[in-house]
Amino acid sequence: MSEFLEYSLLGLLSGGVMALIALSFVLIYKGTGVVNFAVGEVMMLGAYIYYAGAVTFGLPPWVAFALALAVIGVLAIAIERAVLRPLSGQPAVAVLMATIGMASIVHGGVEAVWGGDTLSPPTLLPRTPLLLGEVLIPGTVLGNFAVAAVLIGGFLAFFRYSKTGIALRATASDPVTAATLGININYAQRLTWLLSGLVGTFAGVLIASSAGLSPLLASAALSVFAAIILGGLDSILGAIVASLLIGWVESVSAGYLGGKSRDVVPYVVVLAILVVKPYGMFGTRTIERL
Amino acid sequence: MRTGVFHENFASEERLWDSPTSRTWMAAFVLSLFTLPLWGSDYVLAMACIVGIHVIAALGLNLTTGNAGLISLSHGAFIGVGCYTVAWLGKQGVPFYIALPVAGFVAAFLGVIVGLPSLRVKGLYLAIATLAAHFILSFAFREWDAVTGGVSGTSIPRANLFGFELVGDRRNFYLIFVCAFAMAVAARNLARTHIGRAFVAVRDRDISAEILGVHLLRTKLTAFAIGAFYAGVAGGLLGYFYGSITPDYFVLTLSVFYLAAVIVGGLGTVLGSVLGAVFMTFVPEGLRLLASVSSQAFPGVAGLLLPMGQVVFGLLIIVFLIFEPHGLAAIWARVRRSFHLWPFKT
Repeated sequence: MSEFLEYSLLGLLSGGVMALIALSFVLIYKGTGVVNFAVGEVMMLGAYIYYAGAVTFGLPPWVAFALALAVIGVLAIAIERAVLRPLSGQPAVAVLMATIGMASIVHGGVEAVWGGDTLSPPTLLPRTPLLLGEVLIPGTVLGNFAVAAVLIGGFLAFFRYSKTGIALRATASDPVTAATLGININYAQRLTWLLSGLVGTFAGVLIASSAGLSPLLASAALSVFAAIILGGLDSILGAIVASLLIGWVESVSAGYLGGKSRDVVPYVVVLAILVVKPYGMFGTRTIERL
Repeated sequence: MRTGVFHENFASEERLWDSPTSRTWMAAFVLSLFTLPLWGSDYVLAMACIVGIHVIAALGLNLTTGNAGLISLSHGAFIGVGCYTVAWLGKQGVPFYIALPVAGFVAAFLGVIVGLPSLRVKGLYLAIATLAAHFILSFAFREWDAVTGGVSGTSIPRANLFGFELVGDRRNFYLIFVCAFAMAVAARNLARTHIGRAFVAVRDRDISAEILGVHLLRTKLTAFAIGAFYAGVAGGLLGYFYGSITPDYFVLTLSVFYLAAVIVGGLGTVLGSVLGAVFMTFVPEGLRLLASVSSQAFPGVAGLLLPMGQVVFGLLIIVFLIFEPHGLAAIWARVRRSFHLWPFKT
């Protein structure tokens, strides 16, 4: 029983970080209608820049983290300007293929510069473990969850109450009307890419500083597809709930079926959901049924 | 001097090679291809075989993605399915002329299963479904030891035509090119039947297509199945060509490679598939050449080949999407036209 409790708690906590990655996807899908296949790679790149800052240049971890955020922010804006603006108005599939191309570039570039070995960047958070009865929770997992929860809470508040957040929501729900009401659409879309990149960097650094850093980190983001499909592609709340759920399923199935099931369980879940309930738990039911 | 092609009836307009000039060039091209093993060097022949396999796989993906507008990220995995099917059947003593079509049909069957979510959703969701299928299939390649040999891979018995062993590049060359030529003509012919027109209708505006009486689900599943069939046959030929295979070959980069090939070549045309496949085969070769030239100056450069390949594939996809969405096929058409109009318009 305590075994089950341990797997469940660990799963829920790792689901918190997964929710951050999911948020990075959902922000872009809601804001611009693009499924961004490069989120995992952006996340990985952010983590590698953090590593370069902290280890290669010997900066303090927090400064290195700020550096990673800054670089990814500039990059996200540059990509929006150079790749996505020229492609606006093209079919969604063309933009999708462009994000696959970006993912390929970043993945290859990172491997060329840093190689394929696992690196261990310094931790940002304390490692003191927490003992709950018989269940031992590693400190980094708990810290990651706390940071993720604070960030997500902040984002929800930002979208709910701030003027910019409301403008972003308006752009997402109807760009033409938003434009007539005086919202700068280009600015809103640029901000969306920027925010998504920053959230991805947060997730990447958190995961890398607790579990090590290798190009495989990017595939962590692909398993998050299970969560965003389950939650409904355009629902932030859905992404959070579904991430916790998928984190739990992954952890429990890995605990009982062995670690290899982690490679396949999320994808089986994706296919099953797509066949049974394609708009997810909280997604808008505007997806045309054919 | 040739001034143009003027059609006087529908039949002449519908012909595949519509002028004596194009028929002559085509015949010369086919003839020179079939005498290639007599005068080509070993390297040329090995490259030609790889090009042929890439052409078949790109033709399939171009039918699914270019003609029907359904993006597939599991194409590399379908090639793997074809390859392992041939390996397994070959060990049971099944001759290659049965094993190859069976490999195609197994891949096509899996393609239908992966395409099933298109019953409920469209476009972007389908891309995610094919991505999920890729990971499930590559998990099967690694773990289903009895059939796939696990991570260490498996070997494929030589193809054997009535006691005539198809061993070595020269003999495999004919097998690959007969298949490639037949499948290219089949793809071109498919595009001008009602099935091919239905693909294009679904791609351009699915609701209008449905109103015009196109059965959407059946059309999409057909597109997936045919694309996967091509992948399966390409995988089978790949198996006969290499003789042994490991799951490492069928990674996601392979699917991205073929996606780049059809985008660079030109979506929705057979010429585009062929040009794209040829071009993309020589991109890694060019990189390798560059690496061997610059290895004097930068010693570690050989280890960077694989990642640099990924970077170049990605760049090609983005550059062609933005600057030449119709790909090399459009450039080819422009060059040809400027030759036709040469003295009058430069």
